[in-house]
Amino acid sequence: MKGTDFVKLIDTTRCTACRGCQVACKQWNEMPGLRTRNRGSYQNPPDLEWNTWTLVRFQEHENGDGVLQWLFRKDGCMHCTDAGCVKVCPSGALFYTEFGTVGIDRTKCIGCKECLFACPFEVPKYDRATDKVFKCDLCYTRLREGLLPACVKSCPTGALTFGAVDTMLKTAYARVEDLKQDGHPDANVYGDKFVGGTHVLYVLGEKPEIYDSLPQKPAVPLTVIAWKDFLKPLSLLAAGGVILGSFLHYIIHGPKSPDENGDRDAT
Amino acid sequence: MTNHYIDLKNSDCILIMGSNAAEHHPIAFKWILRAKEQNGATLIHVDPRFTRTSARCDFHVPLRSGTDIAFLGGMIRYIIENEKYFRDYVVHYTNASFIVSPDFHFKDGLFSGYDAEKRKYNKDTWVFEKDSRGIPKRDMTLNHPRCVFQLLKDHYSRYTLDKVSSITGVTKENLLRVYKAYSATGVPDKAGTECYALGWTHHTTGSQNIRTMSIIQLLLGNMGICGGGVNALRGEPNVQGSTDHAILYNILPGYLKMPAASLDTLEKYLGKNTPKSNDPQSANYYQNYPNFFVSFLKALFDDKGTAENGFGYSWLPKLDDGAAYSLMHLFDKMYDGKVKGLFVVGTDPAVSSPNANKVRKALENLEWMVCENIFDNETHCFWKGPGVDPGKIKTEVFLLPASASMEKEGSQSNSGRWVQWKYKAAEAPGDAAAVGELTIRIMAAIKELYAREGGAYPDPVLNLKWDYIDKNGKYDALKVAKQINGHFLRDTTIGDKTFKRDQMVPSFGMLQSDGSTSGGNWLMSGSFTADGFNNMEKRGKDDPTGLGLFPNWSFCWPVNRRIIYNRASCDLNGKPFNPKRKLLEWTGEKWVGDVPDGPWPPQADKEKGKYPFIMKPDGLGAIFGPGMAEGPFPEHYEPLESPLTVNPMSGQRINPAIEFFNGEMDKVASADEKFPYVCTSYSCTEHWCSGALTRWQAWLLEMQPELYVEIGEKLAIEKGIRNGQRVKVSSARGEVSCIAMVTKRFKPFQVEGKTVHQVGLPFNYGWLFPKDGGDSTNLLTPTIGDANTFCPEYKAFMVNVTRI
Repeated sequence: MKGTDFVKLIDTTRCTACRGCQVACKQWNEMPGLRTRNRGSYQNPPDLEWNTWTLVRFQEHENGDGVLQWLFRKDGCMHCTDAGCVKVCPSGALFYTEFGTVGIDRTKCIGCKECLFACPFEVPKYDRATDKVFKCDLCYTRLREGLLPACVKSCPTGALTFGAVDTMLKTAYARVEDLKQDGHPDANVYGDKFVGGTHVLYVLGEKPEIYDSLPQKPAVPLTVIAWKDFLKPLSLLAAGGVILGSFLHYIIHGPKSPDENGDRDAT
Repeated sequence: MTNHYIDLKNSDCILIMGSNAAEHHPIAFKWILRAKEQNGATLIHVDPRFTRTSARCDFHVPLRSGTDIAFLGGMIRYIIENEKYFRDYVVHYTNASFIVSPDFHFKDGLFSGYDAEKRKYNKDTWVFEKDSRGIPKRDMTLNHPRCVFQLLKDHYSRYTLDKVSSITGVTKENLLRVYKAYSATGVPDKAGTECYALGWTHHTTGSQNIRTMSIIQLLLGNMGICGGGVNALRGEPNVQGSTDHAILYNILPGYLKMPAASLDTLEKYLGKNTPKSNDPQSANYYQNYPNFFVSFLKALFDDKGTAENGFGYSWLPKLDDGAAYSLMHLFDKMYDGKVKGLFVVGTDPAVSSPNANKVRKALENLEWMVCENIFDNETHCFWKGPGVDPGKIKTEVFLLPASASMEKEGSQSNSGRWVQWKYKAAEAPGDAAAVGELTIRIMAAIKELYAREGGAYPDPVLNLKWDYIDKNGKYDALKVAKQINGHFLRDTTIGDKTFKRDQMVPSFGMLQSDGSTSGGNWLMSGSFTADGFNNMEKRGKDDPTGLGLFPNWSFCWPVNRRIIYNRASCDLNGKPFNPKRKLLEWTGEKWVGDVPDGPWPPQADKEKGKYPFIMKPDGLGAIFGPGMAEGPFPEHYEPLESPLTVNPMSGQRINPAIEFFNGEMDKVASADEKFPYVCTSYSCTEHWCSGALTRWQAWLLEMQPELYVEIGEKLAIEKGIRNGQRVKVSSARGEVSCIAMVTKRFKPFQVEGKTVHQVGLPFNYGWLFPKDGGDSTNLLTPTIGDANTFCPEYKAFMVNVTRI
């Protein structure tokens, strides 16, 4: 498989929200299940967490005709070609793999949380107990052994598939055409038109703006681009680059604040 | 299932009603999606609640819990009025043309022969007129006023759109939408199928819910064909395997009848249970009942059972005539102090049985209880449950550690009747042992005790064959499987074949009633070849018909037939109705395709040909079904607890044939303003039944951590309940505290001019673990069940919901 870019296709119109993927992910990656509460939704944990790298979002939606839909969207790392997280990572913990996906080497992670702010999808999550960042690496350990990602392996309905980028793009667009003819005029492919193309694609039954927590025009923040691609090289040339760098960090992110997401629930 | 899971892909219209297939059969659901993608099938979900199944169907139609017969009765009316039925099929393959006795009648919700005191029917008038040869009279034009078809038409003419809409709360538009889409399959080249599960069985009218659909399938010619059938989606708790092997009180393995006390000799028993037909074209396959039954007795008692002693028939336990012994009866008797000891194997009735407060109280009256399970549960430790003082409980409780399914070898059955052999994947931890091993050891000890000390009636125990152990003295699953398949007890010649003593019986057609064969379950005969090859081990992936029958994958009962009644997929001359899905075809000499329902020529051959429904005495599909407790045609009755004071269809508010439980804890509150909301209970994907296995699993518990009640937005506003808030749900019998999940997925119904709200709760939680996860939803449910099966009415009862 080496040398080719691979893509995971999430066809939301085939998903039954069985959440086999959510469990398979935890099983392969040995992430614990923590004590949660029911907050009035099937969606649980409520958001991606350091120990939850993929999450099925449940959303009740009434369309323009008053017809009720229950939208399911498996959320997680999109594995951008132009990945903000890799760009900002100072330690090399986040990196592009030979499959085009974004891997994470937690032994190198210094817990600086730069990636949290650089990700347009709000995917990386910080765990205060270990002072590390966690996210989906599209089962890098499995891909290297020629195995499908755990979530794809577990999917019973064919909502999750995995393959070479060209094939998956063709599959996605063909499926959208079928859906359009079958009464889903707003069906679309999401993921190939921004951040250099993501290595996770969606087939959406509705327009992207309908879905909770799904950015319409995701982009690496301009400040990150300005800093990493332009100002940083420049500043290194200049004397006092470190001071300028610190100043810019303050301008971009403000002072370091207590973590909001890092608290683990008591088990 | 009449068909099987993969066959769902062959359908043109799938009605999912009484099932939440996507949530409870997530793997099988891919075949349902495939039908849509490959055939453009219409997927319909009819359910009180919009679920994950509804999300993937073309449309969802909400109906009030407990009104399925009204809904389907309206469909029967629509099919007949608009002539959507498959006429050739109805005339030739069903009993629609049979003339019913002039003494049969139906009036104000009651059929002829009702005894109000006993709440039972005398069925003597539910019979057909017969000619001089003793064969039912028929009118092939279907015009005779007393023919089944005309009676059916009359009966369901009362189920008008207005009436049905008013009872079910389904809009007329939605009713028509389903009726039109589904009845479009009443043509030779289309197939419609129905998937049901506990959403149909868990009612006081459960069996008749399914009967109504069977009538629709017969009218549309959807039985016995690819992509058709009436399909019970079993699965999680191995309902298929356990009923095949007689987990219920009223059946013996292979659905043989449990004897009643009045049938005190083998002769009387076989006389009662062996059907007769004078029609030469009816195969009446159950005429072989004595072969199945005597072979079963031989499997139990081996050489101790002889022709002289009725093969040990007298050693079988007998049911008191007319008495039932269901789970609810068991706990009722236990509550009254009449049961001393109990075995609880792989179950958690303190959570899963109706009226769980009564069940928990009943357990206190036991002297002893033996439990076998892989985890502790609320039943095992009822003695330290909420409100129970352990110091006052005298019950001695034993908990034996059982091994999990992956830790043992054996067979497993799926709903499609496929029985697959599986192997041990891991050793069980500690002292845990297979339930089979525990059973072997316990019974061996009992036999030893009886041999040593005698007892009230030692014969059945001492004469029981009990040698299912391997050379190391351990339980041998393969030996048991072979005993179930059956073997020859002496050299035997059948037709042109000769079998040696100890060879396996290769099909149930070879079983004998003279004591020369034994077979623990006739349906499983053929799971081994005569030479002992285990067909359940087969893993062939060939699919010669292209229809997904996979004849060489595992063993399928009966005789590896993948779709039962399959001769009905062909016309009178044996040519397939739908050449594109050729399940079976008569070549002039033999049938090719699936294993046919018998080798005989198609029925156009008046000499040798047979009708397709070979298990029915008359050989034809039963639109008129006299075997049911509450009448030959299904009729709408309200659930025991409902929002209505009267049944809009008749003067009978509830099923006239159901049996009441009248103990002090069996309270009922119907149409009572204290409990104004219809409630239903269910499971969720993330937990397994009572949750006794899955609540201990942190990944699953994280997704569904505690008890919740789903309530519609309008009701929430009315009651001032916010999403995520803690509320109390109460019924006449108990209450639970849980989280309110306010949702668009429950909408109020308009029923008889009034707004009726429905709510629902999963039954996956119990007090033992997690400690703050809430208690059982069955603290709310009533002790009442179906009139035929006593399957409890978990799916429709009345509650109140209040803020805490």
